[in-house]
Amino acid sequence: MMILGVGLLALIGVSALVIVRTDDVTNQLLGLSFYGLLFALMFFLFQAPDVALSQITVGAIALPLMIMLAITRMKYHSESTHQNKAAPPAREARHD
Amino acid sequence: MLAHYPYFIAAWVFLCGLYGIVRSRHLVHTVISLAILQTSTYILLLAIGFRKGGYAPIFADIHPGVVTVDPVVQALMLTDVVVEATVVALLLAMVVKAYEKGGTTSPDDLRYMRG
Amino acid sequence: MTERHRLLLFLAGACGLAVLYLAGIRNLPPWGQYRGPYGDVIAQLAVFQRHATDTVNAITYDYRGFDTLGEEFILFSAVTGVMLLLRPEDGQTSRAGGEKNPASFRDRAALSETVQVLASGVFGFSVLFGVYIGTHGQLTPGGGFQGGVIIAAAPMLLYIAENTEAFRRIVSHPVTEALEAAGAAAYALIGLAALACGAPFLTNVLPLGRTGDVLSSGTIALISACVGVEVAAAFLLLIWEYLREILARAGNAEA
Repeated sequence: MMILGVGLLALIGVSALVIVRTDDVTNQLLGLSFYGLLFALMFFLFQAPDVALSQITVGAIALPLMIMLAITRMKYHSESTHQNKAAPPAREARHD
Repeated sequence: MLAHYPYFIAAWVFLCGLYGIVRSRHLVHTVISLAILQTSTYILLLAIGFRKGGYAPIFADIHPGVVTVDPVVQALMLTDVVVEATVVALLLAMVVKAYEKGGTTSPDDLRYMRG
Repeated sequence: MTERHRLLLFLAGACGLAVLYLAGIRNLPPWGQYRGPYGDVIAQLAVFQRHATDTVNAITYDYRGFDTLGEEFILFSAVTGVMLLLRPEDGQTSRAGGEKNPASFRDRAALSETVQVLASGVFGFSVLFGVYIGTHGQLTPGGGFQGGVIIAAAPMLLYIAENTEAFRRIVSHPVTEALEAAGAAAYALIGLAALACGAPFLTNVLPLGRTGDVLSSGTIALISACVGVEVAAAFLLLIWEYLREILARAGNAEA
């Protein structure tokens, strides 16, 4: 059981480095979801079932969902401003 | 060496998250690195409270005299998980607004607020 | 400050942190040999003092209930901040759903009919499972927060099943905001009710019941239910704030 714990902690360390070295934001967020599941497995292995349930719901469902919604919203915003290039919005004049 | 192995992993994950924040070129990448930095505290707390051969501190089917792991640090970790989700939600709202006003997601180019 | 300077500053800070950290962890207990007294004391006393078999939730909602009250208000104020930041400004078409009917909105790659039927069917089971986890927090692993997030994730299944109209009606209803505020306020009011009975704030003043029943352990079950309601409503509001603009723009772009 301790061997499994040692191996899981090493995998967590490697995953953390891989996620911060990834370039694309969508790939990172998939890595973050996997990282959250690794943590849920670690909490279950080290006799912490309450925290494992919390980590599964938050770190593998709610957190990647919010990040994905933010990325999609920024992408839709950039697409719609490219469509509205003929009529520049009135907000731009206040930035100088 | 094995006696302090999880504490080294916690410090390594902390430094990875900090490295990600320092070297990021996209604001959402900064937020994800901050989330990784917050997970290093889970490893530290979990390692402090673990007892070899201990059961989970749920006495629904075991007798209350049995040796268990520490339940106090698990309560701290529950709060920690909630605070991580909250901080990421608020930071993402700020990133979305900064992109809509400034037009860029790179932290180096967000300089539209001059004095 | 260029990137190279930033990296050098980070490396200098990391070396300093490493030295201090190594000096600090020498006195921590070795891994697997927890020796502190508090965990053992609470693990042996919680079942008899509070009639709750889940010690972690007894600590979260009773022994350290004040910390959890602060944590719930952190969540509440963060949701308020997000709603303030992402509020629709003048010039943006962000009314709920816009003028076009969002029920016909299809993403770039439509899902198969099997997934749509299954997702709509699993929605009811998800809500029921979330309610089960939320109400049995004092007996088995779970509790208000975990159950609340499961309930909040269930309407996303409706959105994935392309039933956008039902999703929008559930999530943008004004009752969601009222439920979130009611959940947070109920936690504080339960603490104040203890003051009205002559005990310190957030003392467990309700009858404790029999160990192993669902209706046991006094205020722990009640606080857990309030927290579950608040967390479910809070996460639904967060999801809706991010999604509202996407639905409005996609609904306008569809026609």
